[in-house]
Amino acid sequence: MSFCPNTPEDVREMLAAIGAASVDELFAPIPAELRAKSFDLPEGVSEQELRRQMQELARTDRTVTPFIGGGYYDHHVPAAVDHLSGRAEFYTAYTPYQPECSQGTLQALFEYQTAICRLTGMEVSNASLYDGGTALAEAAMMALRITGRNRLLIDGSVSPFAREIVRTYLRNLDVEIVEIAPKDGAIDRNALAAHLTDRTAAVIFQNPNFFGTVEDLSDLAEAAHAKGALLVASVYPISLGLVQSPGAMGADIVVGDGQSLGNPLSFGGPSFGFIATVKKYIRNLPGRIIGETVDRNGRRGFVLTLQAREQHIKRHKATSNICSNQSLCALRGLLFLASVGREGMVELARLNRDKAEYAKGLLGKIKGVRLLNAAPTFNEFTLVLPGDAAAATERLLAKGIAAGVPLGAYYDGMANCLVVTVTEKRSRSEIDLLARELEGAL
Amino acid sequence: MTETYFTKEHEWVKIKDGVASVGISEHAAHELGDITFVELPQVGKTVKQFDVLAGIESVKAASDIYAPLSGKVTKVNEALNDTPEIVNEAAEEAGWIAWLEPSDLSEVKNLMSKAEYDEFLKGL
Amino acid sequence: MKLIFEKSVAGRRGLKLPVADVPRAAELPENLARKEPAGLPEVSELDLVRHYTNLSRRNFSVDTNFYPLGSCTMKYNAKIIEDTTAFFAGSHPMTPLLPGGEALTQGSLALIHGLGGLLSEITGMDEVTCQPLAGAHGEMTGIMLIAAYHRAKGNRKKYVIVPDSSHGTNPASAAMVGYEIITIPSAPYGDMDLDAFRAAMNGEVAAVMMTCPNTLGLFNPHIREICDIAHEHDALMYYDGANLNAILGKVRPGDVGFDVIHVNLHKTFGTPHGGGGPGSGPVGVKKGLIPFLPGPRVVQQDGAFALEREQPESIGRVANFFGNFGVMAKAFAYILMLGREGLIEVSEQAVLNANYMMSRLKGHFDLPYEKSCMHECVFSASRQLKNGVHAIDIAKYLIDRGYHPPTVYFPLNVKEAIMIEPTETESKETMDAFIAVMKEAAEMAEKNPAALHEAPVTMPVSRLDETKAAREQNVCFGPW
Repeated sequence: MSFCPNTPEDVREMLAAIGAASVDELFAPIPAELRAKSFDLPEGVSEQELRRQMQELARTDRTVTPFIGGGYYDHHVPAAVDHLSGRAEFYTAYTPYQPECSQGTLQALFEYQTAICRLTGMEVSNASLYDGGTALAEAAMMALRITGRNRLLIDGSVSPFAREIVRTYLRNLDVEIVEIAPKDGAIDRNALAAHLTDRTAAVIFQNPNFFGTVEDLSDLAEAAHAKGALLVASVYPISLGLVQSPGAMGADIVVGDGQSLGNPLSFGGPSFGFIATVKKYIRNLPGRIIGETVDRNGRRGFVLTLQAREQHIKRHKATSNICSNQSLCALRGLLFLASVGREGMVELARLNRDKAEYAKGLLGKIKGVRLLNAAPTFNEFTLVLPGDAAAATERLLAKGIAAGVPLGAYYDGMANCLVVTVTEKRSRSEIDLLARELEGAL
Repeated sequence: MTETYFTKEHEWVKIKDGVASVGISEHAAHELGDITFVELPQVGKTVKQFDVLAGIESVKAASDIYAPLSGKVTKVNEALNDTPEIVNEAAEEAGWIAWLEPSDLSEVKNLMSKAEYDEFLKGL
Repeated sequence: MKLIFEKSVAGRRGLKLPVADVPRAAELPENLARKEPAGLPEVSELDLVRHYTNLSRRNFSVDTNFYPLGSCTMKYNAKIIEDTTAFFAGSHPMTPLLPGGEALTQGSLALIHGLGGLLSEITGMDEVTCQPLAGAHGEMTGIMLIAAYHRAKGNRKKYVIVPDSSHGTNPASAAMVGYEIITIPSAPYGDMDLDAFRAAMNGEVAAVMMTCPNTLGLFNPHIREICDIAHEHDALMYYDGANLNAILGKVRPGDVGFDVIHVNLHKTFGTPHGGGGPGSGPVGVKKGLIPFLPGPRVVQQDGAFALEREQPESIGRVANFFGNFGVMAKAFAYILMLGREGLIEVSEQAVLNANYMMSRLKGHFDLPYEKSCMHECVFSASRQLKNGVHAIDIAKYLIDRGYHPPTVYFPLNVKEAIMIEPTETESKETMDAFIAVMKEAAEMAEKNPAALHEAPVTMPVSRLDETKAAREQNVCFGPW
């Protein structure tokens, strides 16, 4: 079964038109010594057999009640998001290089860019990047280009995964990355000030950070700008229903992962990365951008614009090598934001925070347990347990509860710390159960 | 007395009173199509002859602009920031890109006169 | 059509949210609290559904139109593949990173490991990482692996060689990793000029990036010689797998001498393109490069699947977690369903269809390289240009006739290029109908070029002013 429709009769007619005796003859340009030495694959299967095999494989995954985040969050996906993004006209289309027959995708992505700008408080957005971590790396490279400098300061409370991606991306370039160790789960402003100089291209933060702490970045933006550096902020989009936008705090480049906006967890992908900035830096944005224009009759229409920045025109001088992005996931993000809506976004964020605050109160009262800091948080917070957090997590996992992310693997001296995430999907009784079980596991 | 020279990469340079103004030829502007952006050099930048001086973009193409002479950039055409289409309208006049203070005028020996350039275009 | 923002009505609500089952928390401190809600649309669910359903109808797609887009492999995406991969949608990617968590995600880890194994066999490589999120991301990862290899050996390398017919992502990816690019021109026979390559090769070349068959759809018979020359200089050979659809079961890049390859799952392995993504770009390597692969690697230990924690020489992560798992699951199901014979049939039928297109159209359009092609063929509209008709005019006319145009103006080394890739899932009737319309376009170029300049006239919009878009940069709807 290969979904090839040509019948033997078709094949005969086609070979006759080509003037070839056999299909094999068409492969004659490939010298015999270059032919495959092996192609040892299983035999194909029927539709119903495939369904059975895949179902069986999926069944070996166990579901747990997740109080874990780490950048990906268990949020409700509105039914309309699946139905509309599943429309074959969106789903099976290619990149909208031919705008006249791609207005559906183009207009939707223009609306996506608008929604991202409004959510982040920025002026321009591209049409998506791969994920939050790679978007942060692209933002770092963008800041290096804009400033012409080669030094980056990254707050250590940025996700360890995202920091690793930034290091991976920049490893072969002449760039110095300084990580500022966090203090009690928050930015160490003194250490940062000591390292910020007029050679710094950008200071990079995450808000809320990996520990869940929410901070005001305004003073840091001012300090960066005073040295001619940019402020890059990675944000969790759901938090922006309640938390001040990074644009209003003075960020120059804003990125984040769009998984929480209508994309299933799907074991970590596909989601999308968003990147937004101020208008003056638009030419330094990586990736595709949709622009509004008019047709020959003056009707409004949308096109891929500023393509001369991109790899298919500028090749090795392009702003990035990115070609395929995460268009369909970005569409899902737009559908999510339009479905939840202006007021709904505030309520959804509040639901997340209310539940997390309830959990924080309950878990923080367990004997021997304390909070890492007293700073405001959104829907994640860090507990300090009386003993090893990894051991406690493992005990709870055996009972079907993913209690949180133990920090020992990511931060020295934080083996007792556990980051707990509570989304709107966690019920009060699930939170109560977590509290009981955690108390019992200590 | 103004002397005008051209490069094989379709830049022109006009030398008058020790100042060299630089731009792209009408032929190049026409080939690029509607110009959407000119990346101007920094004033004070020094370039060697045939180094990249500036950049220019249309909807479907991006090209480098090379320095016809070695020298220091003394002035750039700021008007192109908002109205790059001036290059399409008057590539060899109002569409100039930068002024150079040439460091070695003998380099004109590597350039073409107007007549030579016209002949060069016929051969393309 | 109006934008969803222009349909917004203050106070209108879409999604019904749950009622809080916990007390209301205290507000965030003033300096941290958002002052105004973000200006998102306020629409009912029906407003939303109607808006996006109608918008979707302004798209061509594989399910509605023939899409012979060269180098993009727009094959049909089978529905069963979608259904089966939905079984996996729920797992949180942090789960296997928790102590004891690997045991809870054995199915998902097995799938990643299994897909890597299948792709290794298909490409002739020793191990495949599925972490890269798209083709270009795979290229960049591959070049990072090559950089790590040279660093570990103490080699000083500066350059990456690409042919002038390469995808733009090749030089862009190598440049992202800090290499300078050497571009080799094509010889009159359509492949990279062997003499020019030999002359350009030196001890400072880190890698040679090749697409084979190349973007002209031609298979380079000198490919082994090129590999040998590169290896003599300790440069590694990189295979751009964008065009793998032609050679499944016929050629394995690993057998030929390539050291690193990326594969576009969203092309060859039947996963939908989604209007530009998500893709997935697994990277395969030969044994010597395995230590450098991005972590965490999925490995099999004592019959169970696990994540390898210690990889001291790894280049590091290139993505948040394990890659675009949802896309990988589709490709895995696709390979299982087709199996060995099915995949061989894919390349045979893809090559047959492309050669059929070429033979039926070559009297009507110039064919710069008249050789047997692989999965795609490249024509030139230079004959039509004499009447002022460009490749783009023919493309726009095809839209009016219900066809997504072929790739035009690529590769860059063919003037007025028209690059046609029918793929194996299209039937002879579909191609015959397309061929008839292409001939019609060629005739119109002779008799009525003005009509081609007007096309398309049947779409919601006519040709759009791209210059205005680029100059005005209106990329966000305002005011807020």
